[in-house]
Amino acid sequence: MTHHFILRVITKLLIPLILLFALYVQFHGDFGPGGGFQAGVIFAAGLVLYALVFGLDTASQVIKEWVLLLLVPLGVLIYAGVGLASLYFGGNYLDYNVLAHDPVHGQHLGILLVELGVGVTVAAVLTTIFFSFAGRGQRDVNEVLKKSSGDGDAGQTS
Amino acid sequence: MNWIEHYNYWMVILLMMLGFYTIIARGNLVKKIIGLNIFQTSVFILFISMGKIPGGVAPILRDDPTTVYSNPLPHVLILTAIVVGVATTALALALVVRINEAYGTIEEDDIHDLDTGSL
Amino acid sequence: MSAPSTAITLANLATHYPALQIVLPLVTAPLVVLLRGTRLVWLIAFAVTLACLGIAVDLYAQVLQQGEISYAMGGWAPPVGIEYRVDRFNGLMLILICAIAAVVLPFARTSVEKEVADNRLSLFWAAWLLCFTGLLGIVITGDAFNVFVFLEVSSLSTYALIACARDRRALTSAFQYLIMGTIGATFILIGIGLLYMLTGTLNMADLAERLPAVTQARTLNAAFGFIVVGCSLKLALFPLHLWMPNAYAFAPSAVTAFIAATATKVSIYVMLRFFYTVFGAEFSFGSMPLGEVLMTLSIIAMFSGSLVAIYERNVKRMLAYSSVAQIGYITLGISLATTSGLAAGMLHLINHAMIKAGLFMAMGAVVYRLGSCRLDQLSGLGKQMPWTMAAFVAGGLSLIGVPLTTGFVSKWHLASAGFGAGLPLVPVAILASSLLAVIYVWKVIETAYLRAPLENATPVKEAPISLLIPMWIMVAANFGFGIQGTVIWQAVQQAAVQLTGGV
Repeated sequence: MTHHFILRVITKLLIPLILLFALYVQFHGDFGPGGGFQAGVIFAAGLVLYALVFGLDTASQVIKEWVLLLLVPLGVLIYAGVGLASLYFGGNYLDYNVLAHDPVHGQHLGILLVELGVGVTVAAVLTTIFFSFAGRGQRDVNEVLKKSSGDGDAGQTS
Repeated sequence: MNWIEHYNYWMVILLMMLGFYTIIARGNLVKKIIGLNIFQTSVFILFISMGKIPGGVAPILRDDPTTVYSNPLPHVLILTAIVVGVATTALALALVVRINEAYGTIEEDDIHDLDTGSL
Repeated sequence: MSAPSTAITLANLATHYPALQIVLPLVTAPLVVLLRGTRLVWLIAFAVTLACLGIAVDLYAQVLQQGEISYAMGGWAPPVGIEYRVDRFNGLMLILICAIAAVVLPFARTSVEKEVADNRLSLFWAAWLLCFTGLLGIVITGDAFNVFVFLEVSSLSTYALIACARDRRALTSAFQYLIMGTIGATFILIGIGLLYMLTGTLNMADLAERLPAVTQARTLNAAFGFIVVGCSLKLALFPLHLWMPNAYAFAPSAVTAFIAATATKVSIYVMLRFFYTVFGAEFSFGSMPLGEVLMTLSIIAMFSGSLVAIYERNVKRMLAYSSVAQIGYITLGISLATTSGLAAGMLHLINHAMIKAGLFMAMGAVVYRLGSCRLDQLSGLGKQMPWTMAAFVAGGLSLIGVPLTTGFVSKWHLASAGFGAGLPLVPVAILASSLLAVIYVWKVIETAYLRAPLENATPVKEAPISLLIPMWIMVAANFGFGIQGTVIWQAVQQAAVQLTGGV
């Protein structure tokens, strides 16, 4: 586990910043450039970086696959749920004005929730895509390693 | 009409043809996906370059009424199209992975030979 | 929790039907993923499909009573916001899609269990619902860019559905379809982008108002070209049909029945929407040589599709090539550029959806029992699976266009529209191509009824009742609407008048 020492240290320093930046892009999206999709991609990039450096097994301990598969539909449901809520409060579908007493607040709340849903889904989808592709690759690598039994250099994947 | 002024369109056409050629001419399925991506990217550039207004700034409301804003709509549209592109690429790559598992190759000609042999 | 005073009531729920039409299946898809692995999933999907059918019927009734419905998404009034718009044409299309889905779903439940791996089933139903959502969305939206988005929603889920089949050739045909479909959708996107450059709007009605001012611009011609080619790829018009036979042949049978009856039809809808509502008939058929090009390609499609179908040994592929020919009939009606031609094209669009759904379901039942639908393996099946093969024969009669079937009604109207347009060759072409259809349908009938079963073949039982009922509903629809031929004809005539009569 001592391979790529510099890479590991730098990654550990960077990942919190990346995730923080993702959250900034997510929640500052109301006032500046940003939004759920960009934030989700950045967040997923942080997780993917972690998985690349520390290996898929460690990464899937950090975030379990079933959690990801739960988050993918959850984000869509948040989005669609906001729309249904605005129907319930008497507006058109996705009409945020009716979500709060003041239309401006309603718009704020609506776009915040919708972008949250988008962010959750995008982050989960992109991480899932990476995990499933990398997972297949790892299976192959493990088979190769088993065949060539004891070549020693497993630093790439474990 | 000065063609230099429209260099963005020339770039779009160049990229589009490059992508299209790659899709048609290459037998390797992954290369086809790369071609498809280049092809889609050219369309993204087409959209984004049309939203550019000389001197325009990011479309965030400022107090100064004389501010010129870039048109945000093409960007929004292309963000959507990029999402679609990502989904398409992911699906295509997933298919290629499974094709590779099923056939042991991702060359179109080899797959064709394997299929006609098994008919 | 007490409801607020402005709360939604049953009375005003109906005003939100255009949104609910899309949202219901869209919300159900992630729910299905969450509920994975239960029998409940199919029941929910079926309930949602029935609800969608109810909504579609109610929307159409509303349109008949009070004219077009416009629904502003998010409360943003069109043309700024995304508008959902229902009129006499897409109201009919909504009913068609929902009805086909409602009939094919019970069939799919049994059929898919055999053709799709168990651990993929809940994801399969999610993809199915997304495909359904996408198709409905393309039809209902009044926003040009939204069409592209829903087109990709339905297409991406279709690729996934096709790849669900166990046969490895399904993977390559899904990949081929993905490449062709994405090129088609991107072409449509380029066209929409050029239109936006010209006019600064994406709302279809707004586009229609602004385009006449810029008919001289070459950009408009380019936009038109891109959209026509993109749509033609999606609807499998003759030289661009190459993705279709394999995709239909290797997809799970229920998926084939569903997409053959809806996906290409929806693409034809998109094309008509652009021709008539956005560009306007005068530009499409007047300034552009669309009628001539479309007619030539349609007639080639009618003959080449039927001819290839005759020599095809896989029955599902045979039916796919026959679809190429039948799409030729539809576009032939459109290419006449008259109201009656358009109405005849629309009529055949609806009728062909019913015919092909029935035929592909019959083949799906054969695949369910035999595991294959190669022509030589069908020998003697007429005695072993009498009801299934009878449904195939009945559907085949409708495909040929024998009187008392829907196929006859639409071909009759196509032929008379051809006479009306002063083109007596059109009825001749229709008749000749129908004779070719007789040949390939007869080949199946002959093999199934007149040949003895293969010696080494294990005898099979009749298909289960859950497969037979949906199949026979479609057959009954074929004969019902064939005998009562005026019901749909009047509806599509009204739709055609509305499309050609300006906005």
